[in-house]
Amino acid sequence: MAGDQMAGEQDDGHAARPLRRPVVVVGGGPTGLSLAIDLALHGVPVVLLDDDDTVSPGSRAVCYAKRTLEVWDRLGVGEAVVAQGVGWQRGRVHHGDRLVSEFDLRPEPGHQMPAFTNLQQYLLEETLIARAQALAGVDLRWRHRLIGMMAEADHVALRVDTPDGPYDMECAWLVAADGARSLVRRLLALEFIGQTVRDRFLICDVATEADFPKLRQFWFDPPFHRERSVLMHRQPGNMWRIDLQLGWYADTAAETSPARVAMRLRRILGEGVAFSVESAEIYTFQCRRLERFLHGRVLFAGDAAHQVSPFGARGANSGVQDADNLAWKLRLVLAGLAPVALLESYNCERLAAADENLREAARAAGFIAPRTPMARALRDAALHLAGRFSFARTLINSGRLSAPTVYVESPLNTPDATADGFAGGVPPGAPCVDAPLGQQGEADWLLRHLGFRFTALVFAGDPPSPGQMAQLAGLPVPVHTVIIRAAGSPDEADGGFTDTEGRACDRYDARPGTTYLVRPDQHVAARWRRFDPAAITVALARAIALPAAA
Amino acid sequence: MTLDTSPRLADPDGIFTALARAYRQLDESQARTFDARLILLLANHVGDEAVLREAIAIAGEGLVPRDQIGDLDAVP
Ligand SMILES: Cc1cc2nc3c(=O)[nH]c(=O)nc-3n(C[C@H](O)[C@H](O)[C@H](O)COP(=O)(O)OP(=O)(O)OC[C@H]3O[C@@H](n4cnc5c(N)ncnc54)[C@H](O)[C@@H]3O)c2cc1C
Repeated sequence: MAGDQMAGEQDDGHAARPLRRPVVVVGGGPTGLSLAIDLALHGVPVVLLDDDDTVSPGSRAVCYAKRTLEVWDRLGVGEAVVAQGVGWQRGRVHHGDRLVSEFDLRPEPGHQMPAFTNLQQYLLEETLIARAQALAGVDLRWRHRLIGMMAEADHVALRVDTPDGPYDMECAWLVAADGARSLVRRLLALEFIGQTVRDRFLICDVATEADFPKLRQFWFDPPFHRERSVLMHRQPGNMWRIDLQLGWYADTAAETSPARVAMRLRRILGEGVAFSVESAEIYTFQCRRLERFLHGRVLFAGDAAHQVSPFGARGANSGVQDADNLAWKLRLVLAGLAPVALLESYNCERLAAADENLREAARAAGFIAPRTPMARALRDAALHLAGRFSFARTLINSGRLSAPTVYVESPLNTPDATADGFAGGVPPGAPCVDAPLGQQGEADWLLRHLGFRFTALVFAGDPPSPGQMAQLAGLPVPVHTVIIRAAGSPDEADGGFTDTEGRACDRYDARPGTTYLVRPDQHVAARWRRFDPAAITVALARAIALPAAA
Repeated sequence: MTLDTSPRLADPDGIFTALARAYRQLDESQARTFDARLILLLANHVGDEAVLREAIAIAGEGLVPRDQIGDLDAVP
């Protein structure tokens, strides 16, 4: 099939029989674009279909979390996104006209990426598209709409419509990243389980020169929008995202009339503040997911697989983290280096993430829009007590912001040995935490040296010998070794790094010899108190779902 | 830890009366507000999640359908 993989768009539809691609991704939103870039960087050629030739319309995602930015940095767009966006890490919550709590999402320095960056979804997508287009491995096809599919045992047959007529194509694996209304999901007649949040929100993008603080501000029952909530976020270019809760019975038509929108915004922004409304739309939100994300040769990712309400910014963030989880697994399975069971771990790990996001969204919805009079009383009691008592401030839930899921139950993890006595650090299943490093006097970041391949992260002590490193590098799925030396120890010419501020050691609960096995998506597979190539080899087999040796 | 349901109050009549009296001047909505504040203050003081969940379950007996008692924070 090597010839087919080289074929371009013009070849589909002209071959005697449909060409067979390794991977087709349907949907060029944040999820599909991130996945296509990741696959191409892994050396897997990918066809990306999108029915449109425009980026995401109107006002959608704004807030991207640190972990997502780290994934994008691995994909080569992290700095571009951060440079265009507005970074922030602090938030304020108000009740009535009182400030009741303030939070800081990243109280500690020594991370390359900010806690959050705000950027309009269409600008984000443009950045991802530019990156995808620069990669030979991504065959981006705009205005190619999937219209039919047939799932077979060893492939999926697709029919694609284009302005020049339809064509057929086949793929070994199909990834449905085709959004909340996923056609693939409907063609397979899969149930989307969950519920609609019985509330309506007016979501506005507002341009104003007026200066409001660069943080997330949330109001419960403010004087300018009694009985309901308001959320305000900074976007680049003097743009503000303002979400107003309207309640389930809001009159959608009346609420979107320009005069009424302007009246509501004037109350928030203050009399005499000039502004213009770029968009104002009413949304209701869904909290639901598929029962499984893997169906034969079809994988679901992003909104096609799960949807949450946006308080907490968990939609696009979790879609990108789906992609991060899936790309390396598809690559190893396609290369015949891992069994199909590895893809089952995608289902297991990302279902756990979706459930965490759904639970957080449900809890936040219950606080923002209490469903019973007593729930409302409890909510108001927490807000009231928060003025005096710190315990009550911890109860205030205006949306817990997207944080990466730790794959606690993952079958790919090798559990810690009790004798190793890890206290904290980064447990198996968790994403690696960044830390500043130095090499030959140059400042660097730890996460920049993890990812795409399996890595043995070794805090030396007695550094591994060149022979041991070569042994790991020579495995069928190679393990690359990264050595970190304590601050103050001399630089050596072995490619290792110095833990200049001691933060890497702290964050990884490291002692001399502590070794982490890190997956290609930067999640931890296993860790030990000493560097042991035999243990690494066993943990590696488990992390790629090879059956345990008899 | 489990919920301690042994008698622990030195002056049970006094506490019962104090609780009942606290509501004397309150209308229904104020009583609800009072309930809510008291519950949160006491819940935080107890601190132990297992104990609180047990208390929630016992308080709901005969009121909350049995199959929902263990399900108070399920994913929708
Ligand atoms: C008001 C609002 C605010 C939000 N705020 C945030 C936030 O701050 N942070 C956050 O992380 N998330 C946020 N979200 C959620 C976020 O927008 C979505 O989760 C995200 O867009 C999902 O990305 P996706 O790539 O999975 O799907 P989508 O972005 O929906 O992309 C799907 C793509 O598939 C294409 N497609 C569909 N069908 C076909 C077909 N048959 N053939 C070919 N192509 C097809 C579509 O054209 C589209 O381009 C918000 C959402 C809303 C509505």
